[in-house]
Amino acid sequence: MENHLDDVSRRDLFRILGTSIVLTGAGSGVLSPALAQHVHMALADVKSLSKGPNYQPLCFTKHNYLTLKKLADTVIPADANSGGASDAGAPEFIDFLSSRNGELAAIFNGGFGWLDDYMQRTYGSDFLTAKPGQQTEVLDKLAYRKNYTPETAGGRNFWTWLRNMVVDAYYTSPAGVKDIGFMGNGAMASFSVPKEAVDYALKRSPFANEG
Amino acid sequence: MLQVQRSPEVHDVVVIGSGAGGGTTVKVLTDMGINVTLIEAGPMLNPAKDFKEHMWPWEVDHRGVGPNAENYFGKDIYPFGYFLAPNGYWNIPGEPFTVAEGQDFKWFRSRIMGGRTNHYGRITLRFADYDFKPYQFDGLGYDWPITYNDMAPYYDKAEEFIGVTGTLEGLRSAPDGKFLPPVPPRVHETLVMHAGKKLNIPVIPSRMAMLTKPLNGRAACHYCGQCGRGCQTASAFTSSQAMIFPAMKTGHLNIITNAMARELLVDDKGRVKAVSYVDKATRTEKTIRCRTVVVAASACESARLLLNSKSTKFPGGLGNSSGQVGRNLTDTVGHAVSGIVPALEGLPRHNCDGIGGMHVYTPWWELDKKNKDFPRGYHIEIGGGFGMPQIGSFRGVAANAEGYGTKLKDDIRRYYGSTVSFAGRGEMIPNEHSFCEIDPVQVDQWGIPVLKFHFRWSEHEVNMVKHMHKTFSDLISAMGGRVTSRELPERAASAVSVGGEIIHEAGTVRMGDDPKTSVLNKWSQAHEVDNLFVADAAPFNGNPDKNVTLTIVANAWRAAEHLAGEMKKGNL
Repeated sequence: MENHLDDVSRRDLFRILGTSIVLTGAGSGVLSPALAQHVHMALADVKSLSKGPNYQPLCFTKHNYLTLKKLADTVIPADANSGGASDAGAPEFIDFLSSRNGELAAIFNGGFGWLDDYMQRTYGSDFLTAKPGQQTEVLDKLAYRKNYTPETAGGRNFWTWLRNMVVDAYYTSPAGVKDIGFMGNGAMASFSVPKEAVDYALKRSPFANEG
Repeated sequence: MLQVQRSPEVHDVVVIGSGAGGGTTVKVLTDMGINVTLIEAGPMLNPAKDFKEHMWPWEVDHRGVGPNAENYFGKDIYPFGYFLAPNGYWNIPGEPFTVAEGQDFKWFRSRIMGGRTNHYGRITLRFADYDFKPYQFDGLGYDWPITYNDMAPYYDKAEEFIGVTGTLEGLRSAPDGKFLPPVPPRVHETLVMHAGKKLNIPVIPSRMAMLTKPLNGRAACHYCGQCGRGCQTASAFTSSQAMIFPAMKTGHLNIITNAMARELLVDDKGRVKAVSYVDKATRTEKTIRCRTVVVAASACESARLLLNSKSTKFPGGLGNSSGQVGRNLTDTVGHAVSGIVPALEGLPRHNCDGIGGMHVYTPWWELDKKNKDFPRGYHIEIGGGFGMPQIGSFRGVAANAEGYGTKLKDDIRRYYGSTVSFAGRGEMIPNEHSFCEIDPVQVDQWGIPVLKFHFRWSEHEVNMVKHMHKTFSDLISAMGGRVTSRELPERAASAVSVGGEIIHEAGTVRMGDDPKTSVLNKWSQAHEVDNLFVADAAPFNGNPDKNVTLTIVANAWRAAEHLAGEMKKGNL
């Protein structure tokens, strides 16, 4: 796919872009269409950021890392449109940063400990080996204010960190950027807004009847 | 044993600081063939290496949180995010400042070639006629010793050199300039324009220092919206790329980097004869002799340097017999309100990057309104659109949506691009409680006495913020949206930005006709020291609701031409 630039050729594009603008000089600093093609096309070939089963956790135990992976894919699962959190490298992201920040490591290791302990006390098994319905039950008690219980209060801070970091990791990955439909971060010869987008918003706004 | 190195050479002009004011001085003087030596407290800038212009977040393992997750824990290492241009800090290790007990002030410093122009917002507004004569206008503050008409030719020169977008509107509160073509409004900005029409609030094309056409050898913008990260093609204005780098090719510019000015030394007559600085790399004390010095280290840093330059003739600091150095400290009044606009939910995806920042804005519109409970006014900056997803981009949506799974994904898709924000940037009236002085005890890692800040908003600013909050909420409602920011608290003063937070400090070495009440004359030249000029926002007599950079450039340009004229006449 000739329009789909990989990372290396994208960098080349900007190197060429910078040079050509300088060389063409004043009066012709408009980008040619070939140079101005949107680099977001690079995203059409979404690469997995996950290093897969070969990834060796830097901070978490194997068991905790598998728990994290399961949790991450529950927060952002694969759906018809796109892949899920672990494919976007979310568990690696959390493990990597926890290996470099003790405060973060404490939040997550503490959280995994709390979760398994709660699951043991409630269902007689840790989170990973609990039944899917039991896993959902505890997460629902952590995620929704209306379901809060005193027994799950100890896990809420962990849950907030987990959800925020999984969301961060997912939407800062090629898969997440594609899923959300961000089309920028490229070079364009001119700026314009598609009429259909303006019409879409105006039609739904209080200004629908103003010309 | 400490050895102070003295160079025998006498430099014609030494400029201290390389931001908007220093860069302009360097450009104007070297263009005239005058030899300039530039002292910068930070390193040289290398855009190819230092600017992360088009980087995707996944190109670094930490995705932009910082290698040790710093930004998750409110560490001050990347105040505006990892990907921004080298931007400096509110807290520089080893270079502290102090604040009077019970008060709040933040002092942002950029130690790099180009200073804060490498990352700034590039909003480029002329001060209006009444901004130069505020006391005549409403009896508050101090009049400048010059008028709008004195500054206008320099605004022309500055705009024609920098390149500023805009349209001719004929508004007294937002004087027209020499503009490049504007950029069309984004979808949310079109809605804001409709809302403004309904509420009688003008919304006009923004005035920004990005090139919508090639100019002075710099390429036209390529509309990636990443101006804040630094622009490889220099299509967004920076002092470093547009002024300093070209001046380096003239053969008239000598640059000393990593040089922290300690003191200006005077001769028997009280004229500046040399600049003493710390060479940070070697931690050695150095002195260079000069005929003329232009201090452009940023408003507070320039005041600090003058206050620290004590001599028998000037025991209270260089050129400070008036006692005005450090006084009249102002920053911009900031307050913002955000909301979700349902008409934008599910908006068809498109590239809306454009130029970095808003394409339309609101200049002050109630200039002639009587019975307001605050003086002067503010402008409104508009935010929204499909920004590049970053760390934290969807935290608000996730918190509101609660839950997890496919529903969370759907919510994030739906709400992406439906947030709008309005940020007010208003005028603070100088007051006697807001100033900086030398801390009697504390020194920085170079042994240079540090600044102690005193800062208080008055009722004027608090009332203005109430007006902002209501206006922004009304605009969001008019768009059919709902406000997501917290309501204005009972104690409205707590909703005003912290002093220094908007990074528009000004007024600390003010100009005037009377040497008893001002430090500088109308040429930004010290009344008492004729070979000392100040060329940042320190000479300003007020801090109008128009960001300071354009006026820093215009005023520095004016001062530099005067300096060159005086040199020619043999007066310097």
